[in-house]
Amino acid sequence: MAIEKVAVIGAGVMGAAIAAHVANAGVPVVLLDIVPEGAKNRNMLAEGAIATMLKTKPAPFMHKKNARLVTTGNLEDNLDLVADCDWICEAIIEHPGLKQDLYKRLDTVRKSGSIISSNTSTIPLKTLTEGLSDSIQQDFAITHFFNPPRYMRLFELVGGPLTRKGALEDLRAFADVALGKEVVDCYDTPGFIGNRVGIYWSSVATRSAYDLGLTVEEADAVCGKPMGIPSTGIFGLGDLTGIDLGPKVIASMLAELPASDAFTQEYDAGHPLVTMTAKMIEDGYTGRKGKGGFYRINRDGGKKVKEARNLKTGEYATAQRPELGSVRAAKKGLRALVEYDDKGGQYAWTILSKVISYAASLVGEIADDIIAIDTAMKTGYAWKYGPFEQLNQLGNQYFMDRLEADGLPVPEFLKKVGDRQLFKEEGRDAFYMTKDGDYAVVPVAEGAWMLADIKRGNEPVMSNKGASIWDLGDGVACLEIHTKMNSIDQDVVAMLGEAAKIDKKGFKALVIGNDADNFSVGANVGLALFAANAAMWPVIDNQISAGQNALMKLKYAPFPVVAAPAGMALGGGCEIVLAANKVQPHAESYMGLVEVGVGLLPGFGGCKELVIRAMTNKKRPGGAMPALSGVFEAISTAKVSTSAAEARDMHILRDGDVITMNRKRVLADAKAASLAMVDGYEAPEPIEINLPGATAAAAFDMAVSGFVASGKATAYDAVVSGQVAHVLSGGDTDITVPMTEKKMLELEREGFMALIHNHKTLDRIEHMLMTGKPLRN
Amino acid sequence: MPVYNAPVKDFKFVLNDLLGLDKMTNMPGFEDATPDMVDAILEEGAKLMSEVIQPLNLVGDSEGCTWKDGEVKTPTGFKQAYDQYREAGWMGLDADPEYGGQGLPHVIGIAFAEMMSAANMAFGMYPGLTHGAYASIHRHGTDEQKRTWLPKMVTGEWTGTMNLTESHCGTDLGLMRTKAVPQEDGSYKVSGTKIFISAGEHDMAENIIHLVLAKIPGGPDGIKGVSLFIVPKFLLDADGNPGDRNGVACGSIEHKMGIHGNSTCVMNYDDATGWLLGDAHKGMRAMFTMMNAARLGVGIQGLSQAEVAYQNAVVYAKDRLQGRSISGVKEPEKAADPIIVHPDIRRNLLMIRAFTEGARALGLWAGLQVDMVEKHPEEEGRRAADEALSLLTPVIKAYFTDMGFELAATAMQCYGGHGYIHEWGMEQFVRDARITQIYEGANGVQALDLVGRKLPQNLGRNLRQFFHPVDAFIQENMMDPEQKDFIMPLAKAFAKLQQGTALIGEKGMGNPDEAGAASTEYLRMFGLVALGFMWAQMAKIAKQKLADGTDDPQFFETKLVTARFFFERMIPDVSSLLVKMSAGSKTMMELDADAF
Repeated sequence: MAIEKVAVIGAGVMGAAIAAHVANAGVPVVLLDIVPEGAKNRNMLAEGAIATMLKTKPAPFMHKKNARLVTTGNLEDNLDLVADCDWICEAIIEHPGLKQDLYKRLDTVRKSGSIISSNTSTIPLKTLTEGLSDSIQQDFAITHFFNPPRYMRLFELVGGPLTRKGALEDLRAFADVALGKEVVDCYDTPGFIGNRVGIYWSSVATRSAYDLGLTVEEADAVCGKPMGIPSTGIFGLGDLTGIDLGPKVIASMLAELPASDAFTQEYDAGHPLVTMTAKMIEDGYTGRKGKGGFYRINRDGGKKVKEARNLKTGEYATAQRPELGSVRAAKKGLRALVEYDDKGGQYAWTILSKVISYAASLVGEIADDIIAIDTAMKTGYAWKYGPFEQLNQLGNQYFMDRLEADGLPVPEFLKKVGDRQLFKEEGRDAFYMTKDGDYAVVPVAEGAWMLADIKRGNEPVMSNKGASIWDLGDGVACLEIHTKMNSIDQDVVAMLGEAAKIDKKGFKALVIGNDADNFSVGANVGLALFAANAAMWPVIDNQISAGQNALMKLKYAPFPVVAAPAGMALGGGCEIVLAANKVQPHAESYMGLVEVGVGLLPGFGGCKELVIRAMTNKKRPGGAMPALSGVFEAISTAKVSTSAAEARDMHILRDGDVITMNRKRVLADAKAASLAMVDGYEAPEPIEINLPGATAAAAFDMAVSGFVASGKATAYDAVVSGQVAHVLSGGDTDITVPMTEKKMLELEREGFMALIHNHKTLDRIEHMLMTGKPLRN
Repeated sequence: MPVYNAPVKDFKFVLNDLLGLDKMTNMPGFEDATPDMVDAILEEGAKLMSEVIQPLNLVGDSEGCTWKDGEVKTPTGFKQAYDQYREAGWMGLDADPEYGGQGLPHVIGIAFAEMMSAANMAFGMYPGLTHGAYASIHRHGTDEQKRTWLPKMVTGEWTGTMNLTESHCGTDLGLMRTKAVPQEDGSYKVSGTKIFISAGEHDMAENIIHLVLAKIPGGPDGIKGVSLFIVPKFLLDADGNPGDRNGVACGSIEHKMGIHGNSTCVMNYDDATGWLLGDAHKGMRAMFTMMNAARLGVGIQGLSQAEVAYQNAVVYAKDRLQGRSISGVKEPEKAADPIIVHPDIRRNLLMIRAFTEGARALGLWAGLQVDMVEKHPEEEGRRAADEALSLLTPVIKAYFTDMGFELAATAMQCYGGHGYIHEWGMEQFVRDARITQIYEGANGVQALDLVGRKLPQNLGRNLRQFFHPVDAFIQENMMDPEQKDFIMPLAKAFAKLQQGTALIGEKGMGNPDEAGAASTEYLRMFGLVALGFMWAQMAKIAKQKLADGTDDPQFFETKLVTARFFFERMIPDVSSLLVKMSAGSKTMMELDADAF
């Protein structure tokens, strides 16, 4: 039974955000919570949660209008709202008794065959279902989201001995396809996978920082990027998630875990850090949401100064940038980090030796295989590498030798691995080591794969330094950009040109996509800056023309071209998306024409495409000005969508473009979409539009000079916007003259060249490249 | 006996007509640099050179310096000449008036430095190094340090030195062993041995102020732990006069290929008292101020040897009667024609002249940037000048000195066998010029500095200060048929330089060996285009002067012919250089070290 309507009980941070994410999938959702004592508005908890979420950043909703899919209510008056829900997800306080009471109440109103699940982070299913009727147990599962549910991809799924197979399959399919989650099957043990390993890791990482005498800044400098951990580091992470959360989950884990578990064994309730944390919570130092945590921003004296807490004294002082040789050494890899002889190296080894050993000891207990554990840590804790991938980088033999040298026990699983690799690739397959020490193929699901799965053991159809073309099978080619940050340089442009002729090699459709975090961050402005500094104007001019030509050829190719963006598609990257005949974006696609930030304007047809879409939009209000105003505003403020859904408002997506929620399904969906277009495909008709010319440009200029006068824009912003206005309004045309795409591209190119001749534009590019921030000159 | 007459007319042309010095009244010091004043300085300077300094060049070479018991005796006449130079106030020409200088623009100082080096390079290094030490203390010293040391350096009563090199480290100063131990009174005890210290010890000044690079124990490793110290030969007494001898002594002097008149010393520091100049561990930064100025100065030395060799070759080529012109007798009343009738002699002479006049313009332009870095009223202007100077310094140092040596040898060639004989002075120019390619950073290192640091710095922003003006000049004059002969070859060469720049930008990022392999050819291309830019501007001015009417048409007509020669016969080298640098690093990196 497909899940078509969902209820979430509990409108706390997690419950509300889960409801929001269900709405992101386009599925109606009911959000209920209790009626607080004396409340005038009996729905205040659920309604308040929605109102808060509409202001929260990063936003739980992918589009504000998704809030309309959430029906709010309370558990006393509106319990009947769950009656037609296929899945009821409980996300209330971590208290087994209260939870059970709720399940029994739900059971009275829910429809037969509907699923009840708990979003508990630590409590095993058997505890939650103990004594419940068989009919509830058959429909019961644990569905554990990670915070924040929109962004963290892990979805832990646990079934009990009585749970229906079908219920688990429905949840799995819904979480995977509709919610875009990475579903990991876990055994029914405390904390499941993510929190079992994660809470141990967090405990080890904080305590050993104290024991080895590292400062908060030093610990975060090591237990951060060098170890593949998000750059907040361990203490910064605590501030982010809330210092008060730690003791709660630790208490919950201690209550559930056997005394023999390493976590229980090593936990020291009297550790000075435990004492300090308790005091911090008591005094309101609960992290970013409170008065501060291990860091705080001191605003005394009108300046923002980042301060860090001294772990020994509890006092704050200006945060220092640590100078550790080990952190520099980590550029050469994890092994270099743990071998470096300073406290950072010792710290890294302490964490890795304990956490990897712990994870290894749990293989077969919390999940069947090491892939599940690695995946959970990567998608639930945002680690770049799972513990077994880290172990593979260190080398298992090295790891075991060093454990022995330290007098530490070697987990049985690692003895089975011996001196072999935990992962390997052979031919077209990737292999991992099973819990028994054999190699097994890493399964690749139909409809959920990455380009890496295509590339493994294959040769590209064509390739240069910047991009390659791969065969996705069934006559579909894939253009992959693979420069640094996937920026667009002349190699990429050349390959775009080749891709436009891919039918000559027997392909019938093209997908443009890749596995990187970002589809493309735009043109390599570093090269443009270097060329501009050396006054190589014709070179720049030619590259603009080459890009325009390649994208025009793609647009008018005799076969369908589908862009499959994920992550950032900015500037030139967005222009590639705009040139495609169809877009199949990942839901988390951040797209926009950001060129003005570096003092330029979109030169690869971005202005042209948005103008055409605005002017030919059937739903637009009358007259050219309102239509063009929207485009002018988007380009002149470098607007970027915060989701694929928002990109639709910006006309970057068109009617018929479908959003894929699961990152792993983007290419497969794009491939299917391209194949669906093949039969009877005809290239789009060349289009001509009428633009208002100088009168419109003058109106835009006037608006901008208002911003300059009020200090919202700089004088040079006005120069850049002026060029944008000139291009968008059609240059020296007037409304009676039909304008071709070619003419619009010429205007873009002239505008671009005029701007790049200006030293202030060069200063903007340089500043952006050196600091990563735009220069307001 | 060789001669030298400072090219005063050419200096005036460059300073007034090309650089427009008289129009730059918005910078302090320039208001005094009126054309009349500049003329007077150049004329007086020229007289000093031809009457006092130049006549000592050959004797300085023959006699050299002599070392005995830690003391160095300079060649006969040097001390008297130095006194004369000092008493006339030349040392303080472009020094800060606050410390007794005349505060004239540095660009005048560059002109004067060219004259001095052309007249007597070995002699010129004594005040040259003093100037470098002065500039470092002036820029990085505390007020007290400046008050203590600068006034007598500005009068020339005390001279200065730079102490970088040790026997095991020259280019890689991170390996340095000399150490400076902090004392309770804030001073340091400096110990170690420095070599190749020019003017390290001599008998012309009452004190010598050594600037010494050393490491403070416990500081950062390598080049980041190097600091700069002021270590005087004599410590000062309460009145600020030289008193007790400091723990520094000259251990010996080197026997060298050239610049015999300058003492090149081994300096032993044994618990010598010194004071930190600038910040601890930031010695390289303080030293770079000195080094950039010094590198520009060495470039000018290269130019000067070509200039003086040229002047003598011209005299000889007009005097020397030998054979007849291949196109028919030119001076039938004489036993033979002078050799200047021969095309190849003319080719040699014009090549030198086209270089020296172009290089003089570029060198003085660089001198003007030095002024702008310090004195331009706007931050933007100071920054632009600094970037231009950063970019062009390695080019000037390496290109001018390579050409200086090459062309001194070309001038010597005009003498036939006599050029090889000491008393004619020509072989001395060749020997003296040779060191300029080596010291202050060997020319290979300059090329690496250009491609490895100056090009990529700030994503190529330094380039803007050269490429944009050249591009603008070409665009402005492209359509002018009068300028065609000059602009077209410049535009072609410029496009090749851009191609070479792009090549280094592209290949060098992936593989630094590629940039390294292309660097020397690239630097020379850069030098040729930079000179081409100067020549095209000078040709335009010369045409204008001739069109407007001038009382010295011959000067400007000669300028035009020389410009034409440069564009016909020198700048085209850019093409073959581009081909060479495009060949990449593969072949030169292919052999194992064992195969050599």
